[in-house]
Amino acid sequence: MYFRYLGRELRRRARSASLVAIGLAVAVGLVITVTGAASGVKVAQGQVLRSLYGVGTDITVTEAAAPGSGGGFRFGGGPPTRSQAGQSFSRDRVSSAGGLTTISATKVTAVSNLKAVAAATGTLDLNSIHVTGTFGGGPPGSTSGSNSTHPFSVSSFTVAGVNPADPGVGPLSSANVTAGAKVVSAWFKRVESSPSAGNQLLALVDSSYAKQNSLKAGSAVTIAGTKFTVLGLVSTSATASAEDIYVPLSEAQKLASDPGKVNTIFVTASSASAIATVQTEIQHLLPKATVTTAADLANQVTGSLSTASSLATSLGVWLEVLVLLAAFGLAALLTTASVNRRVREFGTLKAMGWHSRRIVGQVLGESVVQGLIGGALGIGLGVLGAFLVTKLAPPLSATVGAAGLGTGPAGPFFGGSRSGNGVTHRPFAHTFAPATHTIPLHLTAPLSLGILGLAVALAIAGGLIAGILGGWRAARLQPAEALRRAE
Amino acid sequence: MYELTNISRVYQKGRGRVTALKEVSLVLQDGEFLTVQGPTGHGKTTLLLLLGALDRPTSGKVNFDGRDLGALAESQLVDVRAQNFGFVFQNYNLMPTLTAAENVEAALVPLKIPTGQRRARSLAALAEVGLAERAAHFPGELSGGEQQRVAIARALVKAPKVILADEPTGNLDEVTRGEIVVLMERLWKERGMTMVVVTHDTRVARRAPRTAIITNGTLSLRMNRDKAASDDPKPAMSAEPVEI
Repeated sequence: MYFRYLGRELRRRARSASLVAIGLAVAVGLVITVTGAASGVKVAQGQVLRSLYGVGTDITVTEAAAPGSGGGFRFGGGPPTRSQAGQSFSRDRVSSAGGLTTISATKVTAVSNLKAVAAATGTLDLNSIHVTGTFGGGPPGSTSGSNSTHPFSVSSFTVAGVNPADPGVGPLSSANVTAGAKVVSAWFKRVESSPSAGNQLLALVDSSYAKQNSLKAGSAVTIAGTKFTVLGLVSTSATASAEDIYVPLSEAQKLASDPGKVNTIFVTASSASAIATVQTEIQHLLPKATVTTAADLANQVTGSLSTASSLATSLGVWLEVLVLLAAFGLAALLTTASVNRRVREFGTLKAMGWHSRRIVGQVLGESVVQGLIGGALGIGLGVLGAFLVTKLAPPLSATVGAAGLGTGPAGPFFGGSRSGNGVTHRPFAHTFAPATHTIPLHLTAPLSLGILGLAVALAIAGGLIAGILGGWRAARLQPAEALRRAE
Repeated sequence: MYELTNISRVYQKGRGRVTALKEVSLVLQDGEFLTVQGPTGHGKTTLLLLLGALDRPTSGKVNFDGRDLGALAESQLVDVRAQNFGFVFQNYNLMPTLTAAENVEAALVPLKIPTGQRRARSLAALAEVGLAERAAHFPGELSGGEQQRVAIARALVKAPKVILADEPTGNLDEVTRGEIVVLMERLWKERGMTMVVVTHDTRVARRAPRTAIITNGTLSLRMNRDKAASDDPKPAMSAEPVEI
């Protein structure tokens, strides 16, 4: 009797029931689409963060150099003398990247010994600047090229000193070896069994940098006068902000004349819930350090990805809330109106001895069924919406600061240029200010059972709220009053 | 048995108060057939609602089988209604989405009778009012007279102690009115239940041994001498339509 009565009643007022179901379906569809798009934004952010950190890295630790430290830029030698005028020169300078100060490698061990830390590794990120030119005959004391009539060229590249014994965490954890895979793998394995094997003058070169400089496995690269053999080429990912050259940490420390030092520590927490604790513990251990989590870094991502993220988290959420409220309101209004039209019916049922709870159950059941129909339609709309977002969304870009670089003010000293031999002459701004990378991304709207479940729960909740309001109205009806009004 | 003692019912209407019944007292024996007459808005339906435990008096007592209905909790009143009273309304008040059989069955739902028994009893009740072949029809597919028969079957199906009918023939043509009156009289006699019928129609009212006349909320009783029922509580009734 219950279901027959319920089904026929819904059929009788099919138009109103359809309106409620469609209202809930639109709301549910919107929730699914927006939540899916928000998940897509998170996935995209995750891609960006992975490209900065490497897979599995939860926290990075860096320490900014004190203002005024570093002593400016000197490439050796004093001001040119008249006897040097016209002579060519070549200078190399290797310095800690992005105004970072170094941290003792013992701190890496201390961090890795923290309770909730699964793994930690230290890297030494360096900038290698190579200047060549001809001494001019400028006034004594002039060391910069700006006053010189004789041009010189500046080229720079980044070098990361990595510990091959820690392949699971750090910048190479997400790298794909695109050339020399076998030897690279053998190298990593050898380092694992015998750490001293990691001190060879071998280098991995980023595939883009290798392409620009015509490098391949077996080529030689010179960093500040030290020759390294290219063991293989690596590609971190399409979205990666890679270093140009990776060398063993011990060799990087020698190049920088900083034995036993690192300037970035990559940390993996034992669980996602432990990240905050680990962050606090590291901050306690290294009070001057900047301890950055993925969540912190996500806030530094700008560009259209950031805009999409803001849209998803602010506008999207408000839109969802507004549409849900409108749908719930519509459902409640139509259900209450339906109860008002059925006063005689409910009065008669009460006269026949139907308890109010049974009548409330009838109204509630009708509303929940409308909610379920709305939920089912909403899933269809939501899946369609998510499909359209994935297919039609314009490409996004994320602009991020390079990993491990400081936050000093940007301001180019020199413009960068590409020389005829293909060597990239990077602007000094890259060296002394946070380098930025714009990463193209495609927005998707991945759906999960959780999202669909949430949407159906919302639709049922909408039906329940409407049913409770309608049922409450029906329960309050006094049979005498109901029958009098009807008569 | 009903025993109404000094019943008053006052309604709040806007800023004013309307007294629907004033100090009404009445004793109604089990198996009695009473008709209620009076001008519109003078308290007939109010009396019926109080008798059917659908309303409570403002003052006074409505005793039914020794229980003060005004003192019972709402849930107890619902149970009293479910077990004892069958209602027949002027507008039939059938559920438009349920068939004739299902409408009758709905009266048995509160009694927690198993579905199979409910169905059998509702079909039997429909057969008793001559509508067995219309059991699967929806109210919209039935004439006014047929709908009122379904409503009567719905009132009778649970074998109530009391049938309360509010203008049961008010919306019917003369021929159908006669058929319905005869049907109700027959059922009353066969089942021996108490029956109270509110009517505007004097010819219908005179079918009962006693008529309660309500004017301005006060009640007076009239004996209908021309009614055979007043001479014999269980007279044999003609199945012929009543001439009215």
